[in-house]
Amino acid sequence: MLDSPFLQATLTGVAAGVLIRYSMLKRDYRQYPSYPHGTAIHLATAFIAAVIGSVAIPALIEKEFTAVTFLALAAAQFRDVRDLERMMLKNLDEINLVSRGAEYVEGVARVFEARNYLVMFASLLVGGATYIGNILYGLIVVAVTYYISGRLKGGKVIGEIARIRQGKVYFKGPNLFVENIHFMNLGIESIREKYLERALGVIIEPLNDDARATLASIGQRMAIAHDAASILGLYKDVDTAEYTPLLRRDLDTGRIGMVIVPIEKDIEFLLEAVERVPVLESAFRSPLKTSAGRKASD
Amino acid sequence: MAVELNKFILAIIALKPEKVAGGGAPVFYAENEEEQGKLALTLSRITEGVAHDLENGTYVIVKH
Repeated sequence: MLDSPFLQATLTGVAAGVLIRYSMLKRDYRQYPSYPHGTAIHLATAFIAAVIGSVAIPALIEKEFTAVTFLALAAAQFRDVRDLERMMLKNLDEINLVSRGAEYVEGVARVFEARNYLVMFASLLVGGATYIGNILYGLIVVAVTYYISGRLKGGKVIGEIARIRQGKVYFKGPNLFVENIHFMNLGIESIREKYLERALGVIIEPLNDDARATLASIGQRMAIAHDAASILGLYKDVDTAEYTPLLRRDLDTGRIGMVIVPIEKDIEFLLEAVERVPVLESAFRSPLKTSAGRKASD
Repeated sequence: MAVELNKFILAIIALKPEKVAGGGAPVFYAENEEEQGKLALTLSRITEGVAHDLENGTYVIVKH
C-alpha cells in the first residue's frame, strides 16, 4: 500500500510540515507557547495545515477540484487561531505586572497565523514534489523549505538597530533622571533611596532615522520593558506602582532611556536582554525609504 | 475589560493649608515633614498610586 504515490506524497508532506512547525516552536524565556498544552495545540493545527497542503497538488493532478477548495476553508480556520491567540494574550496581559502591550500581543498572534500558512505551503511543495517525482525529490524539497522557513522565522532585534549602554541613575530633588532624560517625580524618600541602591539605567541610541522612528513607538518600548523585566525579575508588586520599569524618549536626539528596578542587579545581562528584544513588525518604521525622509534626515 | 481611572489625583497631603484648596481629591494636613512622608507612603500603598512631590510642601498621590 505504501507504494501508492498519493499516500507517499501525503505522508512526506505531513511529516515535513509538522517537523517544520515544531522547529519553529521555541520555548524560551517568554514562556509562550506554554508547554505541554500550548505546544500540543499548535502541533495539532500544524498537522491539519500539513494534511491540507500536501494533498492539494496530487488532488489537482487527479482533477479532484473540490479537494482544493479545502485550502480556502483552512485559511478561515487559521484566522480564528490568530483571534484566539490575541484574545487569550490580551486577557492575560491585563493582569501582568509589566504588560506586553497591544503591539507585542498582535505580533505574537500574527506569527501564529503566518506560521500555519508557512506549514501549509511547505507541505504543498513537498507533497507536490513527491507526487510528481518520487520520495527523493520530496526529501530535497523538505531540506529547502526547512532552510527557508528558518530564515523567515527570525526578525530583527533591538541590538541591530541601536547601540545599548549603561546610563547613570540619579535624582535632582524628587525627579528621577537617567543621564539627561527625565522619568518621573518620586515623593517618598525611602523609595528614592531604594532606586539609588537597586535601579539600573540603560540608554538606547538609535543608529539611524529608521531606528529612531521605530524606537519612538510606545508598543516597542513596552515590549522592551516587558522582556527586560521577565528576564531579570522585577522588584515590584501591585501596590508599588513606582517600581514599574519606564522607557522615556529624549526629544532632542531620539535616544531612549530606560530605568528598571530588577531583582538581579546585573547591568551586563540587562544590556544583553535589551539587545535581544525583537523589533516588532507593527512598530517597525522606515522613513529613510522615502526620498522626503532621506532629505529630512540631515 | 477592566475600567480604570488613570492619571488621577487620589489624595493631597499638604503642610501649608494656604497652598491647597478644596477640589476633587481629599486633602490631608500633616504637622511636619516626617508625618507627611509617612502619610504619603501609607496612602500610596493603600491606593496603589504613586506619591509625587510638588516641591512646595505638597504631595499628591496619583493613580497611573
